[in-house]
Amino acid sequence: MTKLLVIAFGSIFISNFVLTRFLGICPFLGVSKKVETAVGMGFAVTFVMGLASAITYGLQKLLEHFHIEILQTLTFILVIAVLVQFVEMVIKKISPVLYQALGIYLPLITTNCAVLGVALINVKEGYNFLQAVVNGVSAALGFTMAIVLFAGIRERMAAAPVPKAFQGFPIALVTAGLVSIAFLGFNGFKLEALFAF
Amino acid sequence: MNSPIIISIFVLSGIGILSGVILVIASKIFMVQTEPRAEEIEGLLPGANCGGCGYPGCKGLAEAIVAGNAPVTACPATKDYSAIAQVMGVTVEPVTVRKVAKLRCLGGKEETTNRFVYQGVLDCDAAQAMAGGFKGCTYGCLGLGSCAKACPFGAITMTVNGLPQVDEGLCTACGVCVNTCPRSLFALLPEGDPVTVLCQSQAKGPEVRKVCKVGCIGCGICVKNCPVSAITLNDNLAVIDPQLCTACGVCIEKCPMKTIRGTVSPARTIEATGA
Repeated sequence: MTKLLVIAFGSIFISNFVLTRFLGICPFLGVSKKVETAVGMGFAVTFVMGLASAITYGLQKLLEHFHIEILQTLTFILVIAVLVQFVEMVIKKISPVLYQALGIYLPLITTNCAVLGVALINVKEGYNFLQAVVNGVSAALGFTMAIVLFAGIRERMAAAPVPKAFQGFPIALVTAGLVSIAFLGFNGFKLEALFAF
Repeated sequence: MNSPIIISIFVLSGIGILSGVILVIASKIFMVQTEPRAEEIEGLLPGANCGGCGYPGCKGLAEAIVAGNAPVTACPATKDYSAIAQVMGVTVEPVTVRKVAKLRCLGGKEETTNRFVYQGVLDCDAAQAMAGGFKGCTYGCLGLGSCAKACPFGAITMTVNGLPQVDEGLCTACGVCVNTCPRSLFALLPEGDPVTVLCQSQAKGPEVRKVCKVGCIGCGICVKNCPVSAITLNDNLAVIDPQLCTACGVCIEKCPMKTIRGTVSPARTIEATGA
């Protein structure tokens, strides 16, 4: 239990996917203009990353069995793409409302490097199935938190007197850097001690 | 057979084929019936997603029309409904009067005075929130172009004098500018420049004169002179009833502030003067 909490806290705050590992920057900058869409993207990513962590865990075992771990990246991307397609179909059938809300973002997630990143990190860290899923979901929650926070800042920034040369993406990148620096403050926690019961 | 290359090929092909089969089966199981007519109608709609119809975008309206929840003429931005009606197998009367958005204010930079110098965000909403606007007239156009930015059809441009100008050819009367203007200065009026009081100020005459050269001062001269009694005074503002107005042009001549403008119908002028 302690280990799970450490993984969760670690991937949400300390090694936040966007702000510390710099994965998934594309949707982070692309769909963070409004809080509403940012939340939609965040939940779609959470959903896919949790599922991807579970599936790639089994896939890795298969690759290890045949001693062809070199194909890791290739197969992971393939399976994640299939998974996203599958999830899209299921959501379209079961909940048109959710499909409308996520619609545009779901296909985008296929090429979100954060999803592949979490699968590869799970393997590298040698997590078991439960740990891998917890890592996937909490990393995605960290992503959601980052993108929603950032969207909030950008909404405020829309009404701010930004110098002409900095308007648009330049100021967004500067702000992203500042948020990232702020998250450095989470470094140095003794997590095992914090969550020891 | 144990060469890693062979195994790789087999495993990867296996995963690929399995994924393909799963997706094919899933697409059969989870197939969603989409109305072909909805897509067809969506193609006929302007595609600007302006929301003027009250449905979430053109796709939402197309679905509502197919489902029978909305009339084929529900899109305010479409000029010719016959194509949509044909898809739905119904006929519609051709639209006789097309409407366009019109700004009911003539007070540009030259005609009006300001209460203070505004240096904030160049957005009408922001300016309006700042002590009720920088303009001397609290009813007139702020001229920061929020309507021009909001117009999904690019029909509104800002003049040098700081007033929005509507291109009647591009305007589709979707009503986005009507809702955008913080001072509600736009109205959807029949095209062809009908005789209209181009002022929304409810301030008393002397106050209007202080801040604007072309505002309605509520003097009532137009009310007294209108041959068909189509004009009334409400809250220091002349209002023309379009049902009664014959576009004779008497009020345009008599208005001391030149606030009433429009195209005079020549046939009706003779009729009015003859009577």
